[in-house]
Amino acid sequence: MIKLRQIAVPTIAMITFLALWEALVWINGWPNYKMASPSDLVPAFTRYWELFLIMGWQTLWRTVVGLLIAIVFGTMVGMIMGFSRTMRDALYPLLVGFNAVPKATVVPIVALMFVGAHDFNTVLIAFMISFFPIAVSVSIGLSTLEPEYRDILRSLGASQTTIFWKIALPKTLPEFFGALKVAVTLAFIGTNLMEIVSPHGRGLGALFDSGKTNSDYPLMFAVLIALAFLGIVLYYVVVALEKIFAGWAERPAG
Amino acid sequence: MTNLIDIKNVRHAYKTASGPLPVLDGLTLSVPEGGFVAVVGPSGCGKSTLTKLVAGLMKPDEGEVWLHGERVKSPRSTVGMAFQNPVMLEWRSILKNVMLPLEIVPTKLTKSQQEDRARYLLDLVGLKGFEDKRPSELSGGMRQRASLCRALVHQPDVLILDEPFGALDAFTREDLWQIMHQVKAKEPFTGVLITHDLRESIYLADQVVVLSGRPARTQFTLDIPETGPRDIDMLYTPEAADMLHTLRHQIEIAQGRAPAEDTAA
Repeated sequence: MIKLRQIAVPTIAMITFLALWEALVWINGWPNYKMASPSDLVPAFTRYWELFLIMGWQTLWRTVVGLLIAIVFGTMVGMIMGFSRTMRDALYPLLVGFNAVPKATVVPIVALMFVGAHDFNTVLIAFMISFFPIAVSVSIGLSTLEPEYRDILRSLGASQTTIFWKIALPKTLPEFFGALKVAVTLAFIGTNLMEIVSPHGRGLGALFDSGKTNSDYPLMFAVLIALAFLGIVLYYVVVALEKIFAGWAERPAG
Repeated sequence: MTNLIDIKNVRHAYKTASGPLPVLDGLTLSVPEGGFVAVVGPSGCGKSTLTKLVAGLMKPDEGEVWLHGERVKSPRSTVGMAFQNPVMLEWRSILKNVMLPLEIVPTKLTKSQQEDRARYLLDLVGLKGFEDKRPSELSGGMRQRASLCRALVHQPDVLILDEPFGALDAFTREDLWQIMHQVKAKEPFTGVLITHDLRESIYLADQVVVLSGRPARTQFTLDIPETGPRDIDMLYTPEAADMLHTLRHQIEIAQGRAPAEDTAA
C-alpha cells in the first residue's frame, strides 16, 4: 500500500502537470515558437533520441565528475574551516566573494584560459558552482559540534583524528547531504552554462543551442525536459545515499 | 586512607578580551578512595572548570591535581564523565553508545565480553530491552541513564558527574538518585558530583563541599553521617533539614547575600 502510494502520487502529479501544460498551450492557441506543448515534444524526442542519449550522457558524466571533485574539495575546505577558527576567519570572506561572482561571467574566462579543453572546462565550472554549499555546511557542522561530544572522547585520551572519524564526520552527514542536494542542481547549471556558451557541440547544452540556431523550438523544450529528468535522477541518487548513510537523522513519523 | 583525588591549592583564570578572569583561587579538595563528594556553589563559580581539571582536559595555572598518586597533566582513560547534556551518538544504538569508551581506551576484554559488560550496566540502570533502540527514541531520563553506563563501562577509577540530573524533572531526578545508589552498590566508584541541588548533594554524597563565588575556593565542607543504605525518606528527617539549612546559608554567603561571620566549618 505504502509503496503504491509513493509511486502513484508523484505519477499522478506529473501527469496532471503535463495535462495542464498541454491545455494552457492549446487554449491560448500558442504556436510552438512561443511555447511548445508536451505533444510537440514527443516527435522531438523520437527524431533525436540518439542525440539525446549521447549528449545526455556527456552532460551527466561531466556534472557527476564536477560534483565529485566539489565533494572532495568542499569537504576539505569545510574541515579546515570547521576545526580552525583562524582559518575560518581567513577563508570565509574569500569563499563568499568567490561564490558571489556570477558563474556566467566566469564561463567565457575559463573558456579562454583553457581553449579547447572542453571536458575540463565544463567539469571545472560544474565544480566551481557547486562546492560552496558543501564547504559551508561541513564547516558549520563541525564548528557547531557540542563541546560535550569532544570532551567525552578527549577525556578518554582520544586523538583529534579519532574524534573526527567517530563523531565529527558522522554528525555532519545530515548537513552534508542537505548541501549535496543543493549542489547537484547547481552542478547541472554549471555544466549547461559551459555547454551553451562555449561552442564545442557537446552535451545537452549544445543540443539546446543547436535547437536555437535551427529554430527548432520543440527541441529546445525537449532539452529542458531531459535536463529536468537527469536532475531528478541524480537528486534521488543523493536521497538514496542519504537514507543509507544518514538515515538515523530522520525521526520516526508521528 | 589514601586520597584518590587530591586537588591542591589550584588557581585558574580564563583569558578573555577584557583581561584574565580568575575562576578558581586556592581550591583544595580531596576525595578518598570510594568516596563521593558533591560540589555545590553559586552559578558560574567555576564548578565545571573543576571537572575539566580532574579529567585532565585543562591544566591549572597554579597548583596541582593528583589522581592515584600521579600528577594529572593530560587526559587519562581512568576517568568516566557524564554531563548535564547526555550527548549520544544518534547514529548508533544505545548499546553501541555505551560501548564507545571501550573503542578508545585499551581493554583486555574481548568483543563479546565488552558487549556483556554494556548489557549488564544497562540492566543495572533499568534500560534492559532498550539496547538496540536509537537515542532519539529515549526520554531525557533514559538518555541520562545510558550516559551513566557509558561513563562506567571502562571501569574508571573516577566518575565525574557534571550536573547530570540538572535538566530532568523532579520525579525523574529522584528515580535517578536511587539508581545512582544501586549502581554504586554494585559498581563501586570514587566520584565527584557537581550539582545545584542541595537535596541531591546530601542524598547522594558522603561529603558536600561548598565553593565560594568566583573566583572559587573551598568555603565550607559538610560530612554526611553514614547511616547505612539511604532511602529517599532520609530527605524528610530533621537531620536532613538541618543539613540543608546549613548548606543553604553557606550558599547565601557564597553569593554575597549573607555576611560571612560564621564560616567556621
